[in-house]
Amino acid sequence: MTYQSPQQTEPLPGREEARPLVRLGRGRPGLRGIVMSVGNSKLVTGEAGRDFDLELEKRLLEIGFVEGAHVEILHEGFIGKDPIAVRVDNMSVALGRREADAVVLASESPNPRLLPDRSR
Amino acid sequence: MLMKPVRDYRIALIGNPNCGKTALFNALTGSQQKVANYPGVTVERKEGAFVSPAGVRISVLDLPGTYSLRGRSPDEVVTRDAILGALDAVDRPDLLVCVADATNLRLMLRLVLELKSVGIPMILTLNMSDIAAHRGIVIDSGGLARELGIPVVNSVAVGHNGTTALLGEIDRKVAEAASASASNWSEQDSGEIRKAHHLADSMVARFVAAPAVSKDLTNRIDRIVLHPVFGIVILLAVLFLIFQAVFTWAAVPMEMISAAFDALNTMVKSVLPDSMLSSLLTDGIITGVGGVLVFLPQIVILFFFIILLEDLGYMARAAFLMDRVVGGAGLHGRSFIPLLSSFACAIPGIMATRVIENRRQRLATIMVAPLMTCSARIPVYTLIIGAFVPRQSIAGIVNLQGLVMFSLYLAGIVSAFVVAFLFRRLVWKGKSEPFIMELPSYKRPMLRSLAMGVLQRAYIFVRRAGTIILSMMVLIWFLSTVPGAPEAATEPAINYSFAGMIGHALQPLLAPIGFNWQISVALIPGMAAREVAVGALATVYAIGGGTSGEAGLATAIAGQWSLATALSLLAWYVFAPQCASTLVVVRRETNSWQWPVLMFAYMLVLAYAASFIVFQTASYLGG
Repeated sequence: MTYQSPQQTEPLPGREEARPLVRLGRGRPGLRGIVMSVGNSKLVTGEAGRDFDLELEKRLLEIGFVEGAHVEILHEGFIGKDPIAVRVDNMSVALGRREADAVVLASESPNPRLLPDRSR
Repeated sequence: MLMKPVRDYRIALIGNPNCGKTALFNALTGSQQKVANYPGVTVERKEGAFVSPAGVRISVLDLPGTYSLRGRSPDEVVTRDAILGALDAVDRPDLLVCVADATNLRLMLRLVLELKSVGIPMILTLNMSDIAAHRGIVIDSGGLARELGIPVVNSVAVGHNGTTALLGEIDRKVAEAASASASNWSEQDSGEIRKAHHLADSMVARFVAAPAVSKDLTNRIDRIVLHPVFGIVILLAVLFLIFQAVFTWAAVPMEMISAAFDALNTMVKSVLPDSMLSSLLTDGIITGVGGVLVFLPQIVILFFFIILLEDLGYMARAAFLMDRVVGGAGLHGRSFIPLLSSFACAIPGIMATRVIENRRQRLATIMVAPLMTCSARIPVYTLIIGAFVPRQSIAGIVNLQGLVMFSLYLAGIVSAFVVAFLFRRLVWKGKSEPFIMELPSYKRPMLRSLAMGVLQRAYIFVRRAGTIILSMMVLIWFLSTVPGAPEAATEPAINYSFAGMIGHALQPLLAPIGFNWQISVALIPGMAAREVAVGALATVYAIGGGTSGEAGLATAIAGQWSLATALSLLAWYVFAPQCASTLVVVRRETNSWQWPVLMFAYMLVLAYAASFIVFQTASYLGG
């Protein structure tokens, strides 16, 4: 499949270490990457595979957070740096960090700036 | 012989939020539209009609914007049910016009793929194609049409001939007598959504040539508007401007409306002999409806700004900035708009809660909306503050009267947050609605759509005033007038009425909060609208109306009430459910008596507690 966004390339197999997997919910403005998983995946829930909110997964998918989408965090709120404004392909979406935690992306930068992990 | 009923060819517009669907609806139907509610739900039903170039009368339904047919919010349920034919009041449309934002096709293509299973013929219209062209986006609509198997046309909702291609295609469908067949739609699981997405993506890749995503205007504006510091400064400036406008621009028309109703009252009184009928017309209907309609200018100005900011695309940014602020009380970023409206009047505020998708968050917003200081409280506050608070300044800068007024506003806001928090903790314990919201591109608002939106709001408010509110007014007039005063009455007539009896009966209950019988009696007609209590007080103190009357009333209460009583009444008015119209509107918006009853009860308890504390403390301190 093809995605339009000429300035970026698909992650190459075997080069994942250069593109660390991060939760969108931990990102700071400027974080860019490609969505690797949305919703229930080992990347989000860990090996335990706890029950994931299917409704949230569907809503994220419907607004464009789908595997392969190019995303970039544009802004963050002033209280608790929450919510965040994210560019998803060619549209802007506002979402809470709690919701954004369900999206895992391969960061374009090898060592992106992140918030501390709040989920564990 | 029975004629075969001729019915219009029905089309429905469906699309994502912010795709310019309403503007297209306006362009198609012109002024031939009506706004009503779907029965049983509080979703607005916008319907219009036009005659196609081929001379066929076509009715158009503007369905609420949605990203899928799953139906999470009341709006989206209506969209789904209208299409599937599960909605009593709506026949299934013969044709779906899928409206896509030509600058952002992907999500709509996915919805179109989902819609293919509902069994209704479709046309895809690439709306705002002028903006897309301007941005250098080239769409191969022929390729899309082949791939989707439906006609694809361009449309522009503004300007001449922007809908010609669409109208032509509609006429072709009418000629084919295209109409709905059985649906085999079922809710998509996440795997199917992903599949449809990938298909939509591949279509975009093959049929849409777009220049590399540029840092467009929206991005540049957002860098300032969503900035943690400047963004808040801008939001506060916008709010300040709205408040200024609502309270200063509205002053003149409000005085004119008030004067017109006064004149009408005087005229009716002079024409009709003194009778129950004359009293019903003047003291009941004209005074009552006038007392509510006087807020029309404020509501028009308020909705002008709300719709303007919505059309610009700013409202979603305001919700982004306010999400954590109101989120602290368990409300949604979007709750901010209804709460803002409630400063003019809780009724439009409660009506505006329809934008909140989550039912629990919507109910919590409705429940606290009347705690915002509406403008009907201002006459009451002004009277009491004027009579009891000295016009002096503290430390040479802060005006004491202004300070008291400000703290009353603050008390309303703080209590709304606390009550919302408690409701979300105790009554609706569930999770908050996920906060996911598109930030649409900024758009130049169109004057026509703006004007139509404001007029529709004003019309809805006037219709409310003419129906539910009017009937409440008549009831309250009846209580305040019947039975009439005996021949040798020495007291004002209201004292002998049911309202007088209720007031006197309540007085022992209200004594611990310092209310005398005059106040107790005035609270009954004050249920019509808060500011009516001022007039009612004048009546019980047997003081004539007019400007001299108000000054006289201030002198009278200053002489007869203790400061503790005055402060207690102020506290009462911050919290008390002194507005029958609000309660009736809550009943309408929630489809249940449970919520207005709960609202009445909790506000009454709060008001009594607040007044009790204020009165007892002030009496104790005052000696």
